[in-house]
Amino acid sequence: MTQDTINTTSSADSVRGSEDPNAPVLEVENLHVEFRTRDGVARAVNGVSFDLLPGETLAILGESGSGKSVTAQAIMGILDTPPGFVTQGSVRFRGTELLTLPEKERRRYRGEKIAMIFQDALSSLNPVYSVGYQIGEMFRVHRGASRADAKKKAIELMDRVHIPAARQRVTDFPHQFSGGMRQRIMIAIALSLDPEIIIADEPTTALDVTVQAQVMQLLADLQAESKMGLILITHDLGVVADVADKISVMYAGSLIEQAPSIDLYSNPAHPYTERLLAAIPRVDLKGQELYTIKGIPPNLTDIPAGCAFHPRCPYAQKPICFEQVPPLQDVSSGRRSACHFWKETLDGSIQTR
Amino acid sequence: MAASRPDEPVLEVRGLVKHFPLTKGILFKKQVGAVQAVDGIDLKLYKGETLGVVGESGCGKSTTARLLMRLERPTAGQILFHGEDIAQLSGKALKAVRRNIQIVLQDPYSSLNPRMTVGDIVAEPFEIHKDVAPKGSRRKLVQELLEVVGLNPEHIHRYPHQFSGGQRQRIGIARGLALRPEIIVCDEPVSALDVSVQAQVINLFEKLQDELGLSYVFIAHDLSVVRHISDRVAVMYLGKVVETGDEEQIYERPTHPYTQALLSAVPVPDPSLRGHRDQIMLEGDVPSPANPPSGCRFRTRCWKAQDVCSVEEPELIVREGLDHPSACHFASIREVISTIDVS
Amino acid sequence: MSEPSHPTAAPQDLGREALTLGVSPNTGDVGKPRSLWSDAWHDLRRNPTFIVSALLILFLIVVAVVPSLFTGTDPKFCDLAHSNETSAPGHPFGFNRQGCDIYARVIYGARASVMVGVLVTSGVVLIGGVIGALAAFYGGAIDAVLSRITDTFFAIPLLLGAIVFLQAFPFRNIWTVVAAIMILGWPTVARIMRGAVISVKESDFVTAARALGASDMRILRRHILPNSIAPVIVVATISLGLFIVLEATLSFLGIGLPSSTVSWGSDINDAQSSLRSAPHVLLYPSVALSITVLAFMLLGDAVRDALDPKLR
Repeated sequence: MTQDTINTTSSADSVRGSEDPNAPVLEVENLHVEFRTRDGVARAVNGVSFDLLPGETLAILGESGSGKSVTAQAIMGILDTPPGFVTQGSVRFRGTELLTLPEKERRRYRGEKIAMIFQDALSSLNPVYSVGYQIGEMFRVHRGASRADAKKKAIELMDRVHIPAARQRVTDFPHQFSGGMRQRIMIAIALSLDPEIIIADEPTTALDVTVQAQVMQLLADLQAESKMGLILITHDLGVVADVADKISVMYAGSLIEQAPSIDLYSNPAHPYTERLLAAIPRVDLKGQELYTIKGIPPNLTDIPAGCAFHPRCPYAQKPICFEQVPPLQDVSSGRRSACHFWKETLDGSIQTR
Repeated sequence: MAASRPDEPVLEVRGLVKHFPLTKGILFKKQVGAVQAVDGIDLKLYKGETLGVVGESGCGKSTTARLLMRLERPTAGQILFHGEDIAQLSGKALKAVRRNIQIVLQDPYSSLNPRMTVGDIVAEPFEIHKDVAPKGSRRKLVQELLEVVGLNPEHIHRYPHQFSGGQRQRIGIARGLALRPEIIVCDEPVSALDVSVQAQVINLFEKLQDELGLSYVFIAHDLSVVRHISDRVAVMYLGKVVETGDEEQIYERPTHPYTQALLSAVPVPDPSLRGHRDQIMLEGDVPSPANPPSGCRFRTRCWKAQDVCSVEEPELIVREGLDHPSACHFASIREVISTIDVS
Repeated sequence: MSEPSHPTAAPQDLGREALTLGVSPNTGDVGKPRSLWSDAWHDLRRNPTFIVSALLILFLIVVAVVPSLFTGTDPKFCDLAHSNETSAPGHPFGFNRQGCDIYARVIYGARASVMVGVLVTSGVVLIGGVIGALAAFYGGAIDAVLSRITDTFFAIPLLLGAIVFLQAFPFRNIWTVVAAIMILGWPTVARIMRGAVISVKESDFVTAARALGASDMRILRRHILPNSIAPVIVVATISLGLFIVLEATLSFLGIGLPSSTVSWGSDINDAQSSLRSAPHVLLYPSVALSITVLAFMLLGDAVRDALDPKLR
């Protein structure tokens, strides 16, 4: 069994090495997700498209209600159905369409090819099983490994994520670890079958800032080692600046700006991004004044007509912003923006109405 | 920002201690140890000023907030309000003090009673302290308070769940202001809010401080927010204050290794700084507050630790060549972040 | 990072303060006031289970209060000549073994059941609620003592305990029955109330009230009780049905209400002997009892769903 596992790993490596490095490992196209509640239909994701190249880090940035977590769940196929339904769109992993696969097939991708880690490790880990058991579960279920072999692999993984004294701690339970350690255990579980993509949904939001730094560094190191793609879902503009290659900003279920990291921060092409950057306090600025965005994000059952951001946008113009949904337009190579006035936002000439 | 500082602090904490006993046994409880949540801290708050208290989980800052509000009784130490010790007060005397020190809590979703209208919530301080406002004038006062925090005064009959998180936090602030306190203890007041809403509430706090001359003890884990709003800062670790000074001293000239590590870990929304930042990675976990290390509590994770650190606990004093107190035998300035002045 | 290009002139209909405070004329447009109770009522009104059970119960109460509206016959007027007869003109349900009109007995029997149900439930909520709330609120030694008392009473089997209790009295009337059931029924409510208060006690809004200087009484009355009463209401509504069954059981066993009081339980008892020959004597009181209990159970279910904040 151990031989088998080792063989599988190395064959996956060789398969990975021979893939075209420029072909996206994940393609999401025009994804639409609805939640049918008794208060109405909440349009949680409205036409989101992006792709991920091997080894790349994509950040999906948005506040609560932006649809970022729902997008991740739809990709993984773990959406609560009902009330959530994928009504349109395509999710392709190396060319294979995932949304139309029968559940049994889908499960082969989940965990093996695409793995996910969540925000709260304490509630994501089962409190009545040891961590070794939970990490080893991946091997027992997907690879048919024996308990002894699974335990060995679990210890290896715990070492890989830098949990000290792994051999002794493999039989410990989740509550016996600190928050940062638990998050590493979740990462170990996600890594176990050498996935090609890890989706991390707010992985460090519940952690202290020094622990957050450790965990993000670990993710970066692991990614460099295995050329894994990383989709980081978060609202934290600081964390994103440190790790992301490219960023997709979501608002009210739509993707409103996409750009490489450097460009997004230095020169946003959408008023929402621009306003958001002006609203966050920075630890390295003195005498900063915070400019706020008036109002609150919209209720997803009642998204405003035209541009979803127009009620809060200081630059919104009648009638176009109030009536026409701005399409996601190309700004330059690798950059897109869903604003009627992206040019003016970009060069700073945009006027308040 | 604060005007020129008078000499006497409006609130001073000396040697404040809070130990939570750990007991064994069902019927006859025996104390087997204690969680040393706060273990001898000194703080000073001046009028019209904001004192930021930062630290990570387990440092004791939330317990400190509860002690200042006398929601817990200190095990030892003094809390001096205008020179008068309130640490061991109870009954009517304590109730009278409450008019001067109020609190704003973290979670907007649980800090308001879901079965009470917003008007009743904000009016409750007047019902508890009946002599502050006569019955007839209360409704008007409540409406004024709602206006001051940026809410529509006509909504006094609404219920909390009809408002957004940011609005609920404003209601909590209105409640805290009702008795016109001198001091407001803010326990993570913006941590649970969305980024775009955080700025609204932070600006509100500053506006109220300018207009009403309030003094804040601002407790938070987000160092960026604390820098923005604080005049002076105290850094806590495992129940102790390890460094204290004004905002510039702490952020631009930190001297304690923990402060330096903390600052280096704060994410900055600027990708051009990638690879150019002074990164200090701490090893290991925070020790248990029930069993803190001997001597300096930070020594188990400190890169400067020597033998003396496990024997002698460093005092929070101004050390040679430095301009603000630091609790480290080997304190020295390290400019971890490069500040840009945009004022 | 380049400076974001802020407009130096603020948008026309907003002052600069509004730009920094995030206030706009539309902020806080929240609609009509809706308390959690009115939300629950709103849901209940649309729930067919609730409507049906509520109407049934209302009907039952009317029957209990003014039985004469429904029948002119005296339930205690029994003529042996009609013994065990099935329905006759003016007597739709027929007669029982003594020759009493079953229909009239079913109508008048409602009063006993409803009275017992309401009295016991009120008593149980009062006693159990107070004990549970005090135990949870004060904790420590008080909680230890009260909880042990609760556990002791809880351990006594309801039916057995009631029987033993009732044997102690030489006389039988509705008050002994009510007392018997109440004394053994309060622990359930006490436990529920205790659990609810313990979880509410730690809420931030209670902390805020303490920080304002509120007294214990005020905190209990204004903050804790309104937020912990919902599970108690649910349990009470469901238990009401059970208490009615219990009274009927005790009457069936012959130690409940005296035979001078018309009750479904004692009628069911009497019907045993003529089960094969005259099943209609058993049928009507049993059906009446079942429908009553079912109505209360359904009401309890509907109320629980409406008050459960997690289902929102």
